[in-house]
Amino acid sequence: MKVKAQISMVLNLDKCIGCHTCSVTCKQTWTNRPGAEYMWFNNVETRPGVGYPKKWEDESHYKGGWKLNRKGKLELRAGSKLNKVSLAKIFYNPDMPNMDDYYEPWTYDYQTLFGKESKHQPVARAKSQITGKYMKLNNGPNWDDDLAGSDRSFGEDPNMQNIEADIKGNFEKTFMMYLPRLCEHCLNAACVASCPSGAMYKRDEDGIVLVDQERCRGWRFCMTGCPYKKVYFNWKTNKAEKCTFCYPRIEEGLPTVCSETCVGRIRYIGVILYDADRVQEACEEPDDTKLYEAQLGLFLDPNDPEVIEQALADGVDMETIKCAQRSPIYKMAVEQKIAFPLHPEYRTMPMVWYVPPLSPIMNYFEGKNSIKYPELIFPAIEEMRIPVEYLANLLAGGNTEVIKNALYKLAMMRLYMRAKTSGKDFDTEKLDRVDLTEESATSLYRLLAIAKYDDRFVIPKAKKEKIEHVEDDQGGLGYEECNGCALAPAHGSMLRKAKAGMSSKDIYAESFYGGIWRD
Amino acid sequence: MKDIGDFLLWCVFPYVALGSFIFGTIIRFTWFRSTITAKSSELLEKKNLMIGSILFHVGIILVFFGHVVGVLIPKSFTDWLGIPNEIYHIGALVMGGLAGFLALAGMLILSFRRFNDDRVFKTSSFSDLVVDLSFLIVIVLGLAASLGDGIFFHPEFNYRLNLSVWARQLFYFRPDFHLMQQVPLTFKFHVVCGLLIFGFFPYTRLVHALTLPWQYLFRSPEVYRRKPRI
Repeated sequence: MKVKAQISMVLNLDKCIGCHTCSVTCKQTWTNRPGAEYMWFNNVETRPGVGYPKKWEDESHYKGGWKLNRKGKLELRAGSKLNKVSLAKIFYNPDMPNMDDYYEPWTYDYQTLFGKESKHQPVARAKSQITGKYMKLNNGPNWDDDLAGSDRSFGEDPNMQNIEADIKGNFEKTFMMYLPRLCEHCLNAACVASCPSGAMYKRDEDGIVLVDQERCRGWRFCMTGCPYKKVYFNWKTNKAEKCTFCYPRIEEGLPTVCSETCVGRIRYIGVILYDADRVQEACEEPDDTKLYEAQLGLFLDPNDPEVIEQALADGVDMETIKCAQRSPIYKMAVEQKIAFPLHPEYRTMPMVWYVPPLSPIMNYFEGKNSIKYPELIFPAIEEMRIPVEYLANLLAGGNTEVIKNALYKLAMMRLYMRAKTSGKDFDTEKLDRVDLTEESATSLYRLLAIAKYDDRFVIPKAKKEKIEHVEDDQGGLGYEECNGCALAPAHGSMLRKAKAGMSSKDIYAESFYGGIWRD
Repeated sequence: MKDIGDFLLWCVFPYVALGSFIFGTIIRFTWFRSTITAKSSELLEKKNLMIGSILFHVGIILVFFGHVVGVLIPKSFTDWLGIPNEIYHIGALVMGGLAGFLALAGMLILSFRRFNDDRVFKTSSFSDLVVDLSFLIVIVLGLAASLGDGIFFHPEFNYRLNLSVWARQLFYFRPDFHLMQQVPLTFKFHVVCGLLIFGFFPYTRLVHALTLPWQYLFRSPEVYRRKPRI
């Protein structure tokens, strides 16, 4: 047993309203600069839909993730190491998405709005941020938001393949949900395994997957390797970039920007202990529908004294173990089994998990024509508006059983709390049928519905003082010019102004407007 | 006095070019390691790149090894093996010509792509354009020299008797420019152009050819990094 700690996230899709606040705040923080305009480290997709980049889930096209070879051993779907170093793929990566699969970034020609007065209303036309030419917009971020162009969304969503034809076309039966996506920080990351330069790595202490910009040589195999298509290629710096899980914040015990700003409070961050020795074995589970359970089997009980002893021996510090014991992730994923990994069949062991959405079903129980008998919840979930098969294809490799159990549990918890708060009788034996007790149902309700900040985010600090000479590094990084940093050139200009003798008060007044950075 | 030009061209310039190559490579690999990349533009354009890049790279690698063999192996060695001069030449022309045309076809597609595709052109640096054009020119000159002169204009000319000898002399620092005076003009242009490319090689995207990720073959799939504790 080798114990490692992994920072991970759970998203409660039941509460996601698709407002894109997470995407926007993430973009403002990380990808608001030339070469990165098209990158969305975090994006919110409407499901069913083609996603971003287009049809990213179609691995027969993009060849992302892992597969089992004839001997039952794990192998990158895009080809083994030898295959990759062999001639043709070095010179041209056949499986890489191109810019049109994302979209060509553009801005608007705002200057035309400020010209001379003319007979016609001036229009700010779209202008490509790459070529600077006017462009016709026929694709963009969230082009199919809220089922816009739904025939295409339904037809091109790979998860819809096993679903009966009548749901696909029938407008009365149409359904919709939101899926916020970010890098999964996988235990068996395919991008890391794909990188010929060794520039991609998992941080040993918290499992965050990063790209070393110094070592990246722009091979682009990570883009192909990642089945979630969450590694991007900066066309300006010619290097790969990806979600950093806001590691500078995590190191300080703060949640990621997307989680911090989520208005629905749907995101939970915590640490989880797992057995690194058994990861490969779990990934080689031959049955796609059992991969979810295989991954669950890797997680270790942070209260088990044996695990604690081994964790300390393997270099996990006590604060991390303490946080693992209070981890909302462990509670939802392992104890209550209501959270699921996104597409476990890619065999990457993703660590951003999702609580399946339940809302459309609750009309049966809470709406106008609600039914009287809670027992009917079981057949009702079968007839849920979002087909259970769809959720199972998305979150459990097609295993409908585990998804149903989670939905039963969530629905029963609601019924129990409804009865409790409205002072009605509730036969608590019903809770047994979904493995809940009065106590656990209440605490689950607190975690999911009340979702206090301190309950959602239990993040150990990185103890940087034990890793680097913090005092020496102070002021070591900041205002110097660097390619690819959005603000550094502007900061540089502030320094030049200061050198030219401008007072700091004047510089502040010129650079900030009401305390807000003016770029 | 009239030899001064030839002396500078064939005895000084090659060392300037090769010196610049070595100097640049050391500088680039020591202080600018993180900038060593082929500057892929596949994200911006894919279809032409597929044909162009594969044709060009396969062609240019064959061409490179062809040059190594043609220049480094002395005529006396193939004579000793009993290979007649005619057979050697036909072989060299056929194989070299094929490889050259592969590289030329690839380079034409890549140049068309670089100058014609808006996204690729707008994201190209000046050095990218120079590299592109100089490769086009050097390949055309090389084909013109070996096929044009070798077959039609100077069929009696044998580069192994003078050009190759001069090239080998460069390696032991005793180049004789008189040898190069016997060489047809297209060959001269080709050699100068080729040396120029070597000269600016490490300062451009071409530097990617000097490195291979050999460690990838031996390392474990997952990479973990940990900052050493103090």
